[in-house]
Amino acid sequence: MAVRPMVGLDSTYFWEGTLADQLRLQRCNNCGALRHPPGPACPDCGALDRGFVVAAGTGTVFSFVVHRHPPIPDKELPILLALIDLDEGVRMVGEVVDLAPEELRIGLRLQVGFNRIDDELALPVWRKAEA
Amino acid sequence: MSRTLSGKAAIAGIGATEFSKASGRSELQLSVEATQAALSDCGLAVCDVDGLVTFTMDTSSEIALARELGVPELRFFSRINYGGGAACATVQQAAMAVATGVADVVVAYRGFNERSGNRFGQYSAGVAQQVNTNGLDNAWTYPFGLGTPAATVAMQARRYMHTYGATSADFGAVAVADRRHAASNPNAFFYDKPITIEDHQASKMIVEPLHLLDCCQESDGGQAFVIVSAERARDLPQPPAYVTAAAQGSGPDQFVMTSYYRDDIGIPEMGVVGRELWRQSGLTPDDMPMAVLYDHFTPYVLMQLEELGFCGRGEAPGFVADGAIEVGGRLPLNTHGGQLGEAYIHGMNGIAEAVRQVRGTSVNPVSLDDRPHVLVTAGTGVPTSGLILGREA
Repeated sequence: MAVRPMVGLDSTYFWEGTLADQLRLQRCNNCGALRHPPGPACPDCGALDRGFVVAAGTGTVFSFVVHRHPPIPDKELPILLALIDLDEGVRMVGEVVDLAPEELRIGLRLQVGFNRIDDELALPVWRKAEA
Repeated sequence: MSRTLSGKAAIAGIGATEFSKASGRSELQLSVEATQAALSDCGLAVCDVDGLVTFTMDTSSEIALARELGVPELRFFSRINYGGGAACATVQQAAMAVATGVADVVVAYRGFNERSGNRFGQYSAGVAQQVNTNGLDNAWTYPFGLGTPAATVAMQARRYMHTYGATSADFGAVAVADRRHAASNPNAFFYDKPITIEDHQASKMIVEPLHLLDCCQESDGGQAFVIVSAERARDLPQPPAYVTAAAQGSGPDQFVMTSYYRDDIGIPEMGVVGRELWRQSGLTPDDMPMAVLYDHFTPYVLMQLEELGFCGRGEAPGFVADGAIEVGGRLPLNTHGGQLGEAYIHGMNGIAEAVRQVRGTSVNPVSLDDRPHVLVTAGTGVPTSGLILGREA
């Protein structure tokens, strides 16, 4: 992998989720707003009371790149990186695997999976959704 | 006393080292040399300096620079965050300090070995693991492999192309203009090395859709400015470059290089800067005979033209076509060659070019006789800043 994520009190739930094969999205317990990336306060209502929902794990490519240079530690280039609009309405960055660069396009439907790095970390990865 | 910064301060002196790929000196020494040159340029002495401003990213502290210069006391010191977005804001800090009497002679400086030392274009584990909210923010990109500046910009560029029908060749117009201007600038790394749009299109892909020639250089060098009050500047040897407007900007749901969670992504933080520059100055885009727009990556030059109001949303590809942004065109940009052509000194060399245009000493002069102002911007994709410098207070 590239580098390990910095994890803090406001993001622990997300990385605990990936270890459990869950893509978790922060949800405000006061107003219900979903949010990613997460943080300690709800920008919509100001509440500090928050939980999470488990996303369906499906989304649509909003933008993408094909990274060819320079090297990324422990990655064989090129790699495909996408901005993915989740069906729940939030957006996140992810690596797309098992797909040829020329097949990746804006609007493509993707499905999340989880790449277990070790006992303490799993990373979400995205593949073309099955029709 | 009116509550405005406009016309209260001026850049009186500019100084730089050579721009290279291997300076052979420490980053601190580069800042010392640039500062000494800037003081010499405006006839002031080390003992006149009572303020220093730089980037949060600069590795040479204000006190280290003061020690080397022999500055006895500092009354004002400050740093601006967010990479190259700091460039114009260092001048804003200095201008506010001298306008309010907090300090009298403030030097804004930046010196780095960005090619022979720490290369910003590489994937940096250190950036990903900063112990602060920037590091926490990077948890949502770096571990997946999205971590180089080119990659973060390419994500924005792809969406811009999709939304507005822009092409890689539209981005290439910026590279061609910059390199044309660098070709006649002896201080530019790419002096006498112009490129064609075919060269741009044939250059290798770095992060699709960005080619190598969409990406700025990596450079070693130092650049410094001396900022004093408008009154004092008039008594110094160089024609003053008055700070007509100075602004910072951060947009909604702002991140560093990865403001990806807004509906339209883009760079609305530069719109914040633009609106404030026009408000402070009372000027409009039509009042600018030229501009220096931060060009670490070509797509952001197009997006800046739109955010600053030089053209409408999605209209930049047409705006930059047919040599319009080259000397002799409707809005010449980056007449020193920009960071693609001259050097990447984190936007500070672009401010120096704006000063030279105000003075009439640029190697690619644009007439300011009818419209005596130049707009210059700082880093894009990050919280940023901008200046309008003028011949008149």
